[in-house]
Amino acid sequence: MNKFDYACPTSLAETLGLLRERDEPMLLAGGQTLVPTMKQGLAAPDLLIDLNGVSELMELAVSDGGVRVGAMCRHAAVAASPVVRDNVPGLADLAAMIGDAQVRNRGTIGGSVANNDPAADYPAALLALDATIRTDRREIGADAFFVDLFETALEPDEMIRDVVFPSCRSCGYVKFRQPASRFAIVGVFVARHRHGVRVAVTGAGTAGVFRWTEAEAALDARFAGDAVAGLELDPEQMLSDIHAGGAYRANLVRVLTGRLVETLGADSRHPLA
Amino acid sequence: MRLETEINGKPVAAEVEPRTLLVEFLRDQCRLTGTHVGCDTSQCGACVVHLDGVAVKSCALLALQSQGRKVTTIEGLAEGGTLHPMQQAFHEHHALQCGFCTPGMIMSALDMVARHAGDLDEHTVREELEGNICRCTGYENIVRAILDAAETMRP
Repeated sequence: MNKFDYACPTSLAETLGLLRERDEPMLLAGGQTLVPTMKQGLAAPDLLIDLNGVSELMELAVSDGGVRVGAMCRHAAVAASPVVRDNVPGLADLAAMIGDAQVRNRGTIGGSVANNDPAADYPAALLALDATIRTDRREIGADAFFVDLFETALEPDEMIRDVVFPSCRSCGYVKFRQPASRFAIVGVFVARHRHGVRVAVTGAGTAGVFRWTEAEAALDARFAGDAVAGLELDPEQMLSDIHAGGAYRANLVRVLTGRLVETLGADSRHPLA
Repeated sequence: MRLETEINGKPVAAEVEPRTLLVEFLRDQCRLTGTHVGCDTSQCGACVVHLDGVAVKSCALLALQSQGRKVTTIEGLAEGGTLHPMQQAFHEHHALQCGFCTPGMIMSALDMVARHAGDLDEHTVREELEGNICRCTGYENIVRAILDAAETMRP
């Protein structure tokens, strides 16, 4: 690993000061992606700012009509949170499916969202749930936040404070894992809002997470698994690799979406909000 | 940089480089070589230790991230000559073949038992072992040992 300086601030103000001090600083959240990336020499910050001492980023609370999840909330905390379970059950389910137990003990929502890995789980939840990403300077809607593979709307010296999810009791996530890495080959999040259904897909798109608007329209008309059966996704717009080709991923998106909608429709735990 | 931490109940102070991983610090500076490096890409779980009682992969953590916290390694479980119930169960069920993954398996198993508070079944154990890989594929006895120890440890 390349050499770097290390700082462990205890407040947001101190963190923001440090972030503007150097040319190539990086924020260390859970470190489950960043530390391995630094070991490979693919990231080489001159200053590593460890956020694990900033308690104001770790709050998880009910906020007007929804849930506010601090950037440093770990996946295990979100999965186990009664507040999340009551207000956005699909988000708790998704957090429990990320990585493995040790990764969930360290990994954070802020880190995952800022990294925007095309196979990450959280981006699908943020997009389908119409979440708002609140930074040190502004609020960004999920639709505008996820720009491209590993690219977000964040400025270089901008940091996520928290993510606000509107309550949505009828929502869920389904993931088809690559058997070895356990990352999503395809992950689908469906959220049934008062104003309509939102469907977000991770793991599959060539530009990262995306909303499947044709499925949303079909499900707005009729919320049933077979409502998406006749829809087609363009295999050219799907990632293609040794594990799954574009046509295979396109089919998986449709099949998984249908199955998830069936589950949500039948599950009494998920009444329409 | 100055690191002050607690390892297996004892205060430890040392000078470390920021880039020193927790697993490197434990093995190379503290000579606690029970914690293993398997894949070094945070997939295999051979390096699992507890940080403030929670299972973490010590190859994906910096040593400095243990500043002021409590680290427990496999060496910190037995009391004198008496094995921890989880170690004893692994012994009795012969839950190892080459033994390389065993320290990480045991540290993960303890975290699992703590989180599921005596309510573990075989399916849950297998799901929870996702982050620990046994390349001898000796999972059968590992699962038996964890279920047995969970019963023994039931409060």
